[in-house]
Amino acid sequence: MAPRALAATLDTLPSSSADAAGPGHDELRDLYRMLSNVRQLDRDAVAWQRQGLIPGYAPMLGQEAAQVGAGAAVDRSRDFVFPTYREMGVAYTFGVNMVEYMSTHKAIWHGGLYDSVATRFAPFQAVVGGSVLHAVGWAHGQTLNGASAGGLGVGLAFLGDGASSQGDVHEAMNFAAILKAPVIFFVQNNGWAISVPTEQQVAGGSVAARAAGYGMAAVRVDGNDVLAVLEATRRAVAHARAGLGPVVVEAMTYRRGPHSTSDDPGRYRTLDDEKIDGGEDPLSRFRAVLLARGVADEAFFAEADAQAQHQANDIRAGVVALTSRPGSEMFDFVFQESTPTLGAQARQWREESEHV
Amino acid sequence: MSEILELVRQTPLLQLSMQQAINRALGEILEDDDRALIFGEDVGVLGGVFRVTDGLQQRFGANRVFDTPLAESGILGTAIGLAMAGFHPIPEVQFDGFAYPAVNQIITQLARMNYRSRGRLPMPVTLRVPSFGGIRAPEHHGESLESLFAHVPGLKVVSPSNPQQAYHLLKKAASMPDPVIFMEPKARYWNKGEVDLAVEDTSSLEGSVIARSGKHATLIAWGAMVSRCLQVAELAAEDGIELEVLDLRWLKPIDEAGLAASVSRTRRAIVVHEGPHTAGLGAEVAALVSQSCFDSLRAPVERVTGFDVPYPSGDLEDEYIPNIDRILFGVQRVLEYRRG
Repeated sequence: MAPRALAATLDTLPSSSADAAGPGHDELRDLYRMLSNVRQLDRDAVAWQRQGLIPGYAPMLGQEAAQVGAGAAVDRSRDFVFPTYREMGVAYTFGVNMVEYMSTHKAIWHGGLYDSVATRFAPFQAVVGGSVLHAVGWAHGQTLNGASAGGLGVGLAFLGDGASSQGDVHEAMNFAAILKAPVIFFVQNNGWAISVPTEQQVAGGSVAARAAGYGMAAVRVDGNDVLAVLEATRRAVAHARAGLGPVVVEAMTYRRGPHSTSDDPGRYRTLDDEKIDGGEDPLSRFRAVLLARGVADEAFFAEADAQAQHQANDIRAGVVALTSRPGSEMFDFVFQESTPTLGAQARQWREESEHV
Repeated sequence: MSEILELVRQTPLLQLSMQQAINRALGEILEDDDRALIFGEDVGVLGGVFRVTDGLQQRFGANRVFDTPLAESGILGTAIGLAMAGFHPIPEVQFDGFAYPAVNQIITQLARMNYRSRGRLPMPVTLRVPSFGGIRAPEHHGESLESLFAHVPGLKVVSPSNPQQAYHLLKKAASMPDPVIFMEPKARYWNKGEVDLAVEDTSSLEGSVIARSGKHATLIAWGAMVSRCLQVAELAAEDGIELEVLDLRWLKPIDEAGLAASVSRTRRAIVVHEGPHTAGLGAEVAALVSQSCFDSLRAPVERVTGFDVPYPSGDLEDEYIPNIDRILFGVQRVLEYRRG
């Protein structure tokens, strides 16, 4: 397969003066630490699956810059993230407890054990494109609540090139544009929907290009450049926060790993394809930028990477220690107000399964 | 408090159609709960194709009552997001058959968000669905979706049979912290009935109600089939057969105790619904009755239902929906049953 060239820049998002100053040195170093932590945790999670600690995992190798850049651009105190199943890097950047996040991959609880309300990070979502409409509804709720002095809370919806084929994504974009909802459609175009390449998934070649049809601002960005993603997402958030409506951010990136730990990419692409299409590793690229700008040196990277390993080890210990939830919770969370029928089933389950 | 109750008691009974009763309930819900929102296709300026939301946008403004694009999945998906933002959405899908495009959001998201989030993201969403047949409408405007929705964990399902029930059950549903599918029998929208606005005990809005007492058999029905069963009971009474009519109201959870109490007295049961026969809600009712009343039953539970055919065109819908004759035949089979 021919290498996927990054299409011409598609940027209809008005430039913003508010974010004219780029990240300072401390922030740049923090970004690197986050990238390194996420890379390490992602690699380790794949290993945990091979070791039998978790039954499955959806790696985000190669998408670190897209996820860290996006996650760092939103405000944890007033925005809300609507992830899919491959947003471990966003979750990390957004401050979600990673042991509680990884609990979903340990088959403890589908949505994860983390507190979605406190962390402002919606439950782990297994349905492709399933939460995109929720982000629109949530964002419209911010409009109805009215803007505070600093503007509106912004919903950040994650989706991929595969999800962009879903009808719900069209409905979400149309609703958002009609309602002028403060929502960002953050598309990680990672080249693959399991085994089907973008070329067979996205007619016209760009999800961001569709925004024009909805009268919506859009920006297409090099998703492997963390600073480009951060800047584009910040501009998009500022636009939505000001009440100017939704924005599509399409981050062109590459899924360097398998779809999941059950996948076998060898059946649909070669290692050579991966090398060529994947382009330069986002972490190496950022390291080069930091070195060139004199913001960091090799000692810093070594220290940050060691710290990442240390942190991943701590998270692993937490995941190892996670125990199953009691079976009674199957019944406890179906409703806020349970029903006599469900109560009877719970009692029968207890009698027959726990012999009490 | 007692003075208020006294005033309420003095409120005269109103004569309202079901459409008016629901409209009134919606207005009061919006009045009492500033987080309540109504939205859907044509519910704003037009007031809904059945005029159920008539005048509400004028009264409460376009932020509280708004028209959406013509996309049911979008309506349900945004309702979920609004609920996550702390609102109490009362969306409408315009006709039962239009709920199908929203079924994915209803089943995979609405019904599961409370569970998935371990109770942290409740879904106080009341989905109004003009339901069932009987109005000579085009295809997909006469479907009975109760068995589909009742089968989905995380949903509650209710269907009123008259204006009084519609007014109170809608207010009850909208006050609940869980998703409720509110199935309005559109064939009964224009039938008037007495509405007593006062309800002294909200527990009276749970479970089933006896719409007519009798001792020879129980007709179990919901929605538009309740009034038809009352007609049947009237006719049967002329022959000295006293039929009890149980208005099930809540299709999930089903009032198992109410069913058992009625059928254990009458010892015979006929369940009547518009939806197709196979795996219809009547099967669930029959199973519950068989389990709770096995020793007292004098005959197998009879089901008088729609057929296993796509809902037919207007000319044939009277052949499809259980009519008085078919229900009477069901009654006859139950009364004449003799153990082999």
